[in-house]
Amino acid sequence: MEIFNNILIYFVIVPLLTLGGLALCSNRGIKAIRTVAVCGASVLMVLAIWLVSIFLQARGAGDTSEMILRTDVSWYAPFNIKLALGVDGVSVVMILLSAFIVFAGVFASWKMNPLPKQFFLWFFLLSTGVFGFFISIDLFTMFMFYEVALIPMYLLIGVWGSGNKNYSAMKLTLMLMGGSAFLMLGLIGIYFHSAADGNLTMNILDIAHNNAIPHNWQYVLFPLTFVGFGVLGAMFPFHTWSPDGHASAPTAVSMLHAGVLMKLGGYGCFRIAIYLMPFAANELAWIFLLLTGFSIVYGALSACVQTDLKYINAYSSVSHCGMVLFAILMFNTTAMTGAVLQMLSHGLMTALFFALIGMIYGRTHTRDIRDMGGMMHIMPYLGVGYVIAGLASLGLPGLSGFAAEMTIFFGSFQHTDMFHRVLTIMATTSIVVTAVYILRVVAKLLFGEVQDEHHRTLTDASWEERLSTTTLILAVAAIGCFPNFFVNIISSSFEPVVKALQAAL
Amino acid sequence: MMDYSQFLLMPQEIGLLLVILLVFIYDTFMPERSQRYLPVFSVIMMALYTIYCFCFPAGEGEAFGGMFQSNAPTWVMKNILNVGVVLVLLQAVKWTNSDFVSVRRGEFYYLTMLTLLGMFFMISARHFLLFVIGLETASLPIAALAAFEKRYYESHEAAAKYIFTAIFSSAIFLLGISFVYGMSGTLYFKDIATALTGNHSALLIAALAFVIAGVGFKLSLVPFHLWTADVYQGAPTAVTSYLSVISKGAAAFSFLVILVQVFGAAYSQVWEWMLYAVIILTITLGNLFAIRQRNLKRFLAFSSISQAGYIMLGVIAVNVMGMSSMIYYVLVYIFSNLAAFGVIAAIERQTGKVTMDDYNGLFKTNPWLAFTMMLAMFSLGGIPPFAGFFSKFFIFVGACHQGSVAIYALVLIALVNTIISLYYYLLVVKAMFIRQDECVIPAFKSHWTERTGMILCVLGIIFIGLVSCIYASINGAVDAIGAMFSAVQ
Repeated sequence: MEIFNNILIYFVIVPLLTLGGLALCSNRGIKAIRTVAVCGASVLMVLAIWLVSIFLQARGAGDTSEMILRTDVSWYAPFNIKLALGVDGVSVVMILLSAFIVFAGVFASWKMNPLPKQFFLWFFLLSTGVFGFFISIDLFTMFMFYEVALIPMYLLIGVWGSGNKNYSAMKLTLMLMGGSAFLMLGLIGIYFHSAADGNLTMNILDIAHNNAIPHNWQYVLFPLTFVGFGVLGAMFPFHTWSPDGHASAPTAVSMLHAGVLMKLGGYGCFRIAIYLMPFAANELAWIFLLLTGFSIVYGALSACVQTDLKYINAYSSVSHCGMVLFAILMFNTTAMTGAVLQMLSHGLMTALFFALIGMIYGRTHTRDIRDMGGMMHIMPYLGVGYVIAGLASLGLPGLSGFAAEMTIFFGSFQHTDMFHRVLTIMATTSIVVTAVYILRVVAKLLFGEVQDEHHRTLTDASWEERLSTTTLILAVAAIGCFPNFFVNIISSSFEPVVKALQAAL
Repeated sequence: MMDYSQFLLMPQEIGLLLVILLVFIYDTFMPERSQRYLPVFSVIMMALYTIYCFCFPAGEGEAFGGMFQSNAPTWVMKNILNVGVVLVLLQAVKWTNSDFVSVRRGEFYYLTMLTLLGMFFMISARHFLLFVIGLETASLPIAALAAFEKRYYESHEAAAKYIFTAIFSSAIFLLGISFVYGMSGTLYFKDIATALTGNHSALLIAALAFVIAGVGFKLSLVPFHLWTADVYQGAPTAVTSYLSVISKGAAAFSFLVILVQVFGAAYSQVWEWMLYAVIILTITLGNLFAIRQRNLKRFLAFSSISQAGYIMLGVIAVNVMGMSSMIYYVLVYIFSNLAAFGVIAAIERQTGKVTMDDYNGLFKTNPWLAFTMMLAMFSLGGIPPFAGFFSKFFIFVGACHQGSVAIYALVLIALVNTIISLYYYLLVVKAMFIRQDECVIPAFKSHWTERTGMILCVLGIIFIGLVSCIYASINGAVDAIGAMFSAVQ
């Protein structure tokens, strides 16, 4: 039972124990449910911080292996499927991000009604999938956790959502599952070409080291896996689930989904599609660069014309997540580091946005910015939070967005050819457009005239809402002020990928 | 002088025969007041017999001059079917004790077991005559079972439809066999295979088409599926669940054996392409028709048609991985589908409602039934961490192991179809969890036998995937006869 000595497995065990604890609660015992959920989320948070310190210690002690905390347990021997655990810098920060958002999400859904117990059950099942995905490095296990994270979305949106929820839930589930169908074929293809000597394996590190996937197969498998993950990363033209899904989802689910789940897409593109098939990645990157470059500008422009707060934020997510994939496809350490910073930044900032929107919506019962105004006087705490999130989004120095986008554009511009430079310049225009739609909302929603006299009676944030938003604001500021701390953790992880890409040129 | 030790190779058949006789004797000779315990008695006997079979593996070898074969995969397959039958019988206990059925409850149990006996012979047959005897034994009593609710018109219709198509397909199958006999002069699987090596004549193609049509009927592969929906809808739910899982599993297994052992040499030339087309049609049409169904029994009928297409992916793979994942798929499918039918049967018995709209808001009143149904739907749709995900993944891996690009394309079509199937499986989940209705099915307590059946199914759905030794043991059993696939060309 060597596996239980590995801290990573507890990222799956703790949510599962929380699930068990929640199952024992009765639906009326809201206090017990909250206690269990908060305990689970806090333990995860502590574990995540502990994991970061373990990682820093290991790297500080000169451990330069690609993945640390490796444990393999054979699971399905006939297919050579293992429960293979291991993390590198990218997974560590992703786990940290997920723990933060789960923690904030629990507080954001404090007054969840109806059926709080079932809500938290699905919520923690989703987190199990997310953490499981980040800790495993076996294709099958990863894919399993990936799908575990997707399916709870259907019921979370369908039961607890608002608006056109049936349509959105079904669209989101089917589109994401459609992506994972391509992904499954891609993974099976990778598996059957994973080794030249016939010892087929599902282990990502082994496949990368064998580097045995024939070039003609890479041409097929790379698009399959990249699109498969790209659907979740809201890559144009597969992004249409995202605005509808986010608009209908309850607050905590939007937070978790935009904050963490969409990151699974970017992470998978980088870890599986690009790392395992560097040849096709080099050859076909231009197609996806065009698509993601288009996503960035298109998402930002679409956000400008929306009037529903959640739609604005969802389209802004399309733009920012496009930036993640765009940066990953630049294939150099600087841009890729920027991509991970952007994942962190976007995760926290969007979670903050969705939390605030949920809190405003919970009071005003409308999300249309035309029906609201003057919120800064009515609920100053939420107003200030919204401004901070907005500033982070448009890249104000000192907040997370600046560090991430600066690194991305810096890295992208290192390419000396015309194609990359033109695309980069096009992508940078999105910063201006972002400023337009953020300031438009801030001006109208926070500083405009009060549209509804009833709104003057509304209250400011309660303590659990303050806790939820403050956690996120602090995290956003931490990334903005100390990006180097994160860059040090992340950047070494890209060496093997960049090396593989250069070797395949 | 006959060598009676041959009978030792068929402990499962003899054991089942004993159980049938015991139930028969109980039904005939026990006094009226103890008759109401007959269902429980049958279930207990069947369960004990199943446990016995698990504990004592059948020997390996051939009996009756090579007509009957017993080996590790047949033993595993029969055990899986036994488990399924125990679950079916368990879920039927309350129904067979209901007013209109109780006079004939004995028949239900021993006819069901008798068809199982026929399936055992199909699985073990290595001679076409024995196979046809098994096929008929497995088909004809089902018509009687389908007509069991004799006060309902639909039940009669189902029985009539079933028996006509069954006879017709048997006739077609026998015609195919007679062609084969004409070409090879023998009915032993092995001898036919030797005689037909290198023969790709038009007659063989016709023979194969007829054989595929004959067995395709049992499996309800498109285009031989037209009876399925009506029979599933009309037959009593216990019989429908039996038809959809047990009879399908047995047919799939014996189909693989026939195609590989008898016609292995004609694989790439003839039947790979036939089966390829049949699989695409089966999966796609089954799915497309299922979307429109409101009656849950019809719905599951079309879903089971498309599931049969997935099972066939394990056949077209013609390798050890494909065969073991096919057996595993059948096992998982038994548990998932029986969980769904368990819920449908319980609700139908209590309220008489079977349409999807009746299930609106079920979660509010009967959370456990809704939960069971949801797990069943997720497992059928291939959602992890439930067993259906594992079986789907493995059967795709098994098929891709065959290696050709065409098969990868086939798997892609199958994968796209899983999305369609997920859509309609989610419709049921949506009805139960999301939609609201004025007249919700009121809360009720299902009978303990139904509950036990459902709990066993739920445990199966959750653990068959996560516990890897189940697949490993199936794979080990199939590995032992891996040489069978070397004849495939």
